[in-house]
Amino acid sequence: MPVINMVKALNQALHEEMERDDKVVILGEDVAQVGGVFRVTEGLLDRFGNKRVIDTPVSEAGILGCALGMALGGLKPIAEIQFSGFMHNGFHQLNCHAARYRTRSWGHYHVPMVMRAPIGGGIRALEHHNDSEEALYVQSPGLKVVFPSGPRNAHGLLLSAIRDPDPVMYLEPKRVYRAIREEVPEGAEAIPFGQAQLVHEGKDITLISYGAMLQESLEAADKAASELKVSVEVIDLLSIVPMDTETIINSVKKTGRCVIVHEAPQSCGVGSEIISRINDHALLHLEAPIARVCGYDIPYPFFARESGYLPSVPRILAAIRKTVEF
Amino acid sequence: MPRTALKQFTIEHLQIMDQDGNVDPALDPKIPDQDLKELYRTMLKARMVDDRMYKLQAQGRMGTFPGVKGQEGCLGYGYALGKDDSIVPAFRETAALFYRGAPIKNILQYFMGMEEANVFPPEVKILPIPIAIGSQTLHGAGLAWANQIQNKPGVVLTFFGDGGSSEGDFHEACNMAGIFKLPVIFVCINNGWAISVPRTTQCASETLAQKAVGYGFPGIQVDGNDFMATYVACKEALDRARKGEGPTLIESVTYRLGAHTTADDPKRYRSEKEVEVWKPRDPMIRFKAYMEKKKLWSEAWQTKLEQEIAVEIEEAVREAEAEFQAINPYEMFDHVYSEMTPDLVAQKEHALEFAEEVAALHH
Repeated sequence: MPVINMVKALNQALHEEMERDDKVVILGEDVAQVGGVFRVTEGLLDRFGNKRVIDTPVSEAGILGCALGMALGGLKPIAEIQFSGFMHNGFHQLNCHAARYRTRSWGHYHVPMVMRAPIGGGIRALEHHNDSEEALYVQSPGLKVVFPSGPRNAHGLLLSAIRDPDPVMYLEPKRVYRAIREEVPEGAEAIPFGQAQLVHEGKDITLISYGAMLQESLEAADKAASELKVSVEVIDLLSIVPMDTETIINSVKKTGRCVIVHEAPQSCGVGSEIISRINDHALLHLEAPIARVCGYDIPYPFFARESGYLPSVPRILAAIRKTVEF
Repeated sequence: MPRTALKQFTIEHLQIMDQDGNVDPALDPKIPDQDLKELYRTMLKARMVDDRMYKLQAQGRMGTFPGVKGQEGCLGYGYALGKDDSIVPAFRETAALFYRGAPIKNILQYFMGMEEANVFPPEVKILPIPIAIGSQTLHGAGLAWANQIQNKPGVVLTFFGDGGSSEGDFHEACNMAGIFKLPVIFVCINNGWAISVPRTTQCASETLAQKAVGYGFPGIQVDGNDFMATYVACKEALDRARKGEGPTLIESVTYRLGAHTTADDPKRYRSEKEVEVWKPRDPMIRFKAYMEKKKLWSEAWQTKLEQEIAVEIEEAVREAEAEFQAINPYEMFDHVYSEMTPDLVAQKEHALEFAEEVAALHH
């Protein structure tokens, strides 16, 4: 069984899906000749040619708007934006058009496109390269928002994203790109959206996370077990839209306590939404207020200070301790 | 070392029919009489639908809408297209859409606020009307790209306004189309005003057509009130695109005789004098003069057309309003995704329960 990192897993998914469906095309800056700045699209140009793997000018609205037109024209475009922080130049193409085309046409037209972009910090990158703006996409009804956390689910979720008839924001935590290796058998199955993964069972507290923060959460869960004697249940959301509320609620009903971890800014973030849902469905099961360990409400700092911004194992551990001791 | 001129360019202006309906014989596209009659009827229909919509709006039977009076010369674009070609519209090209076969009902219902009106019959190949300015030019480029990649026939014509030419998306669309030689035609309907902001505040260049030069493809300015000029320019652009020579930019100079929308008061920003200059250039007046000269027009024919079209419009209004009355607002949840998410299922259930409770209170 091949043991590969997330970059290879994504590359494998793209190969498999382009092989399976000749309507799939990839476009973006640097995706063809160099295989993407992170090499996710490496080898695809040689295999599928320049009609299906297209180097474009630096033109985020251009890439996203044309991808939308291609999708209306019968293709399944995968638009790569080099870093999610640059998606804003084309954000209105997502919010005003990709997200609305189905509603605008009362279900007649649909936009089966995938927007792939590396997201999040922790790799000592330049300004804008680290931003985590998933909440913006959640606030654009019509988009699906997917956030893999490791090679295996990255592969399976990308297959689903490409096959999905709706526009999918596929956000890749670049800190994880080469940090974890897992077995990803060729032809591994697609992972459906809207199903969170219960990564680690526990009984005292529920830890909810996604993307790069899953690794921090798992480490914090280990430490909580050894240092605090607290049994932590860890949930990996995997897709934010649609969100698997059921898994969250069942876990919180069991543990009575919850900490949410994400690196995007705290206010009106995904964590706020999860708290609302727990409030709606499991308030009387809570033994303590729900805690959040998030990025702060500041522009993502230059990397010299990012260690102060990113949720860390000690910060998560402190939140777990506070919640358990409430 | 001497300085050398690397690139020089000229921009053509094309007019075939003058203000009085006289046609330059050297440029005459020799449109068959039967087609001319159909074109005239369509232009009249666009004008009459516009008039009817103003009345409906004043009666509260229609929402805010942008009038098209004065801009019916765009008809020539609709006439030039072949069956495989498509239109990615803006929102003031009703005459071209009608010529392609768009039903009156769609236009009425769109401005009654019904999404389903955005689905035109498949054979007319018209994408939904967008409201965000200029961004649809990219969808046109992308659609053309899909045709190119899949070796499908069909050129895509996308409309936008002079205001739209100031948007970044227009630049990105032209840039992409130029680089990849996409079979797309960019038609800038330059009506002089983007709400209250004049053409001179959109761009300092003398013509909008010359923008094409910067993207490496041809641009031409046409008299947009001359349907023969719009037709011929479009035909040439179609030929280029079909031969794989890529895009063309057409600047169609016209004038919005009325307000930007029913919510706008143009007296606040433009002079009556300016409007007076444009009134005799009305595409309808010119077309009628031309038809008279060709002995294709008579009072009796005009009356007959007006009567026929009025019946057609009233039928469309009746049908549109009946469907409007029957709509269920809670269908709004159904088309956001291919399948409703669990969240939307729950939200719809909640909305329906609430609606039932409210209904019970009132009975």
